[in-house]
Amino acid sequence: MKVPIRWLKDYVDFDLPLEALVNRLALAGLEVSGIKHWGVPAPEGLRLGTEDPYPVWDKDKIIIGLVTKVDKHPDADRLKLPTVEYGLGRSITMVTGAPNLAVGDTGQKIILALSGSVLFDGHATPKVLKELKPGKIRGITSDGMVCSGFELGISEDHDGIIILEDDATVGMPLVDYFGDSIIEIDILPNKARCLSMIGVAREVAAMTGGKLKPLEHKPHTFGPSITGKVNVVIQDTSACHRYTASLIENIKVAPSPAFLKRRLHQAGMRPINNIVDITNYVMLEQGQPLHAFDYDVLCSRAKGKTPEIVIRFATKGEKIKTLDGLDRELSAETLVIADSLGPIAIAGLMGGAETEVTESTSRVMLESANFDFLAIRKAMKSMALPSEAATRFSKGIHPDQVIGGANRALQLMQEFAQGVPAEGRIDCYPSPKPLQVIDFSLTEAKRILGIAIPIEECTKLLTSLEFKVEKVSNEMLRVTAPTHRLDIQVGVADLLEDIARLYGYDKFPETSLSEQLPPVLIDPELDFERKIKDTLVHLGLQETIAYSLTSPEAESAFLESSKPAYVTLLNPISSERTVMRQSLMASIVSLAQANLKHTECVKLFEVGKVYQKVSGQALPAEPYKLAIAICGPRNKPFWVEDSSGKNNLNFYDLKGIVEGLASGVHLEKVSFKPGNHPALHPGKSAALLIRDKVAGMFGVLHPKLASTLGLDNHEIIAAEFDLLTLASGLPVRYLSKPVSRFPAALRDIAVVVDQSITGQTVTAEIQAAGGNVLKVARLFDIYQGDRVPAGTKSLAFALSYQADDRTLNDKEVDKLHKKIEDRLKHVLKAQIRGKEV
Amino acid sequence: MSELDSLKNRALDQLGACSDESTLRNWNSQYFGKNGEMLAALKKVSELPPESRKEYGQQANIVKEQLSASYETALKNCLEQAMLKSLETEKLDISLPGMVPPAGKLHLATQTLRDIQSTFAEMGFQVFRSREIEDDEFNFGLLNMPPHHPARDMWDTFHTTDPGLILRTHTSPGQIHVMRKFHPAPIRVILPGMCYRYEAITTRSEIMFHQVEGLVVGTNVSMTDLIGTITAFTRKMFGDSRQVRIRSSYFPFTEPSIEVDMDCIVCGGKGCPLCKKTGWLEIMGAGMVHPEVMKNGGYDPAKYSGFAFGMGPERIAMLRHAIEDIREFWGNDLRFLSQF
Repeated sequence: MKVPIRWLKDYVDFDLPLEALVNRLALAGLEVSGIKHWGVPAPEGLRLGTEDPYPVWDKDKIIIGLVTKVDKHPDADRLKLPTVEYGLGRSITMVTGAPNLAVGDTGQKIILALSGSVLFDGHATPKVLKELKPGKIRGITSDGMVCSGFELGISEDHDGIIILEDDATVGMPLVDYFGDSIIEIDILPNKARCLSMIGVAREVAAMTGGKLKPLEHKPHTFGPSITGKVNVVIQDTSACHRYTASLIENIKVAPSPAFLKRRLHQAGMRPINNIVDITNYVMLEQGQPLHAFDYDVLCSRAKGKTPEIVIRFATKGEKIKTLDGLDRELSAETLVIADSLGPIAIAGLMGGAETEVTESTSRVMLESANFDFLAIRKAMKSMALPSEAATRFSKGIHPDQVIGGANRALQLMQEFAQGVPAEGRIDCYPSPKPLQVIDFSLTEAKRILGIAIPIEECTKLLTSLEFKVEKVSNEMLRVTAPTHRLDIQVGVADLLEDIARLYGYDKFPETSLSEQLPPVLIDPELDFERKIKDTLVHLGLQETIAYSLTSPEAESAFLESSKPAYVTLLNPISSERTVMRQSLMASIVSLAQANLKHTECVKLFEVGKVYQKVSGQALPAEPYKLAIAICGPRNKPFWVEDSSGKNNLNFYDLKGIVEGLASGVHLEKVSFKPGNHPALHPGKSAALLIRDKVAGMFGVLHPKLASTLGLDNHEIIAAEFDLLTLASGLPVRYLSKPVSRFPAALRDIAVVVDQSITGQTVTAEIQAAGGNVLKVARLFDIYQGDRVPAGTKSLAFALSYQADDRTLNDKEVDKLHKKIEDRLKHVLKAQIRGKEV
Repeated sequence: MSELDSLKNRALDQLGACSDESTLRNWNSQYFGKNGEMLAALKKVSELPPESRKEYGQQANIVKEQLSASYETALKNCLEQAMLKSLETEKLDISLPGMVPPAGKLHLATQTLRDIQSTFAEMGFQVFRSREIEDDEFNFGLLNMPPHHPARDMWDTFHTTDPGLILRTHTSPGQIHVMRKFHPAPIRVILPGMCYRYEAITTRSEIMFHQVEGLVVGTNVSMTDLIGTITAFTRKMFGDSRQVRIRSSYFPFTEPSIEVDMDCIVCGGKGCPLCKKTGWLEIMGAGMVHPEVMKNGGYDPAKYSGFAFGMGPERIAMLRHAIEDIREFWGNDLRFLSQF
C-alpha cells in the first residue's frame, strides 16, 4: 500500500518526523518496505534500504512559473522560446522542445528550473543527476528550463512538460506545492483494513495520539429520488452480503483535476477519467471498491423496463467482454453482476466493456457492494485477475463500509463532474452483520501477556482504535469492535494483539519460564543419527545435505524397482526436481561427481530421508537413510614422502569406514555378504547385515553406470544403508573386556590357500584354533602370483598371543602357533609358507 | 706398578681418547662386556693365593668403581656435546607446508542446528521431529487457515499429484502433532526440520530450508516468558550484549504475533549493508499460540496457554559467517563446506 504523507495528513493530524513515523509503524505491525521522495530531502535518521539517488527540489531554483508568451526559435523549427514569470516581477526566457507548449501559448502554469538546479538528465538512461548550467541552444541563451515529470524524478514521462492546475501559486517553490514522501507499507493479512489511507490514518492516530479528522462526506444537494429507477436482487446472499446502488445524473465526463490524477499516480494507479478516477480514489481513501455503470446503457438493455441488477453465480459457458477488451468465458464459480440480458460485470474483479463509463456517459449507476472474500478470492485466482479491487475484496471488507464509500464518491462526482445525485439509494443487506461485542477480562489479559496493564490503560488504548469500551467491573470491560474491523474474531486474543502493540512491546519485561518441565522425551533414532554423523566425521568424511527433490531419470539406475511409486510434485520448479527422492545413493554420487571437478579426493556422507508411497496409506513413509561416497587418492601426495604411484581409495576403504562406523557406535552382529545392487559392481560390492538382516549395500559403482555418468576416470565407491536397520544392531549396553597386564608374544603366519577361500574364513579358523589367548589376528598382506601355485593366494597375518593371568613362555606360544598351523592345514588344506617340506 | 694399576691407566688413557658415543660404547664393552678386561681382572681373584685375595679384591673393586664412574661421566659429556651439536646442525625448513590430517566436518546446517538445539536444551527444550510430507489439514487447516484463507498467500506451496498432499511449508504442523501426542501434559520442545517453498532459487531464496520451531504449552506460559526465552536465546547465540526488538506481526496460528529483531551484528545498530541500513536484523517470528490451534491440539485455551517461535538456521548461519548466497548450502561444494 503506497501512502503519500500529504494525502495521509488529510485524515489525521500528527507531528512526527518521517523517520519516527516509519519506525513506529514497523513496531505496530505495519512495516514500511520502501519509500519514494518527491523532491524532498530524505531525513537523516531514515533507515530504509539503499535508495537510488533522486533530484531534491531546491526551493530557490525550482519554482512554479506562468507562461506569458511563447515565441518561435529563429533557427530551429522544433524549438520554442517561452517567457515565464515566476513571482516578485521576475521573468525569464528560455529554449524548450516540449511538444505540449506551442508558439503563441500563454497562461499555462509550469514548473521552472533555474540554472544550478539538479535534475535527472532528460536524455540519459539509466537516470543520471545533472546540474542545469546556463548555455546557448542554437545561439539563444537559456538559463532555465520547463520541467517534465521525468526530469523532476516523479514519472517516466519524458515527452511533455508538466502543466499545473490553475490554483498553483506563481513564484511558489515546487517542493512546497507538492513535494512529498510516499511510503510503501506491507499490509499483513490481519490488517487488510489498512489497505486504505483512512485505515493507515486510524493506526497513526492510535499510535501517536494524533486526532482523526471527520470523515463524513456527503453530497449537499440531491435530484429526484432513485426509487423506481433500478431494482437490485441478491440471488446468492452467501457470496454477496450487501449491494447498494446509487444514481447520479447530468455528469460531465472529463479528465480529473490535477491533484486527483497526481494522487492516483502516487498511489500507483493510472488516471482514466473523472468518474472512474473518483471510484478509484475513494477505494484508495476508504478501502471500499466501487464500480460505475453507464445507466443509460443499462436502461437500453432493459428495453424500457426498470433495469434490474441481479447478483448471482454465472452459468457455465456464459460470456462477458471485460473492460480490458478481453472476451471471457465464465465458470459456475464466478459471481457476476447481471441484468436481464446477462452479465454486466464480474463481481469484485472487473466491469464489463458494454456498460463502462465513456465520454458520452451522462448518468451513472454507482455500485458499492460487499462480496464474500472467498468467492472473490477463488474467482481472482482462477481468472488471474488480481486487480486493486479484487485484492481488497479477497482479504475481507466490513459490509458497513459500503455507505461511506458511496457517499464520498457521490460528493466527489458532484464536485468534480457536475453530477446531480438522486435522492436515496437502493440498499440490499439481507442479514446485517451484528456488532462484535467481547467481554474482556484483565485476569485473562495478564494470563496471556504476563503483565498487568491497568484497566484505564486498556480502555485508553482500545478507545484510540475506535473500540467502544464499557467498564463492567474492576477487572472486566465490555468492548464493541468498530465496524471497519473484520479481524476481531476469537475475542480476547484479538484485543490483546492491539493492546500489546499499542502499549509497546519495549515495555514488556523479560521473564524466565516458570512452567513445570515436561516429561523427558526419548528419541533413540535422533541420538543414533547424531552418533552416526559424529563417527563418520571422525573417520574423515564430510557431511552433505542434498536436495530431497529430484527426477526419476536421475535415480532410476540406483533403484531396484523399475516403477517406483513416487511422491510427485504437481507444480515443480524445474524438470530436474519433479519428485521426492527414493535413493540417497544417487544424490550422493552426483555430489561426489560434482566435487571431483575441482577436488581430487572426496569422502562424503549424508543422513537424510527418502520418501516412499505406502499402498493403503494416505501419507508416504519417510525413512532415514545413510549414504556414503568416496573417491580419489587415499593420501594426498605429500612432500615428505615419495608421491609417485597414487594409491586410490577402493572398496576396502569404504568397508573400513563401515567397520569403523559399526565399532564406533558399537553395533552388534555385523556381517557382510556379497552384494547385489543395480548401481554397484556385482563382484565389488557387499551387503551389510545387522542381525542377519540386510541394512544396505556398498561397493564400487557399476562400470556401466559410471560410464553413463561420464565417470570413466573416477572409481566412486558408494553406500546406502537404512538407518533403522543399522540401529537394530545397537546393544542395550555393550560390555568392556579386561585388559591383560602380561606381555604379548607376536608372531606372523603366512598361509597359501585356494583362491575361493575368503579372508573371513581363514581369520575365523585362526581365531578358533587360537582360542582365548589369541588376542589379535590381523591380515596384513595378500599375495597372488608366481611365487605361489596357480589358483591359490597367500595371506599373511600378524598374531598376538597374550594370556590374562600369566606371561606366556615360548613353549606355550610355539604349541599354540602349531595348533593354528595344523588346523589351517587340516581344515583349509592350507600350506604354511616358509614351512614347505 | 701392579697389574691393576696398569689396567686402570691404560683404560683411562683409552677412555680419554674416545671421541664419540660409539667409541665410548666400544670401550665399555672392552672393559665391562661379558668377556671384558675389567671383569676378567675381577675374576682373577680366584686364582690368587688366599692371603692375597682380600687385598686384591678390594683394589680391583676400587679400580672398577673408578673406571665405571669415569665412563658414566665421559658418556654423559659426550651425549651432551652431541645434542648441542645436533641442535645447531639439525634445522628444519619450517616454511615447508604441514600435513593436514584429512578431517571430516558436519554440514554447516547441521552445526547450526546443533548450536540452536543445545542452546534451547539448556533451557529445558527437547527435540521433537515430524514428517515432511503433510496433508493440507496439518500444514494449514489445523493451524487456523481453512481452505482459501488469505493468510495462505504467505506460503508458496509445493503440491503433489495426490490431492491434499503437500510438502510442508513450515515446521508448524509439528505443533499439532506434538500437542496431540502429549496433551494435557506441559510441552517444551523445539521442532527442527526441512521445509519446502515453491519459489525461484536465488541468492536469497531456496526451495528447501531448515526451520526450527519452538513450542511451549502449559498453564502458566505468557508473552513475557516468550520475550525472555527468545532474548536469552539470541544473546547465547550472538553475544550477551545483543539488543532485541519486538515488533507486532501476524501469523494465523499465533495471536498476538510478533517479529523479533536483534541489533545488527556487524554495525551494532548504526546501519550497514548487512542490515540494509536499518540497524536491525530479523531473526524470528513468534507469538502466543492461537486459541483455535490450542483447541486443535487438544488443550483447552481457557486453561492452557502457549507460545511458539520459528527461525531459519540457514539464515542464522548466513548472518554469523557473512554468507552471501543461500544456494551454497545445498550446493555441497567441499570448498565451501570445509570452511566450517
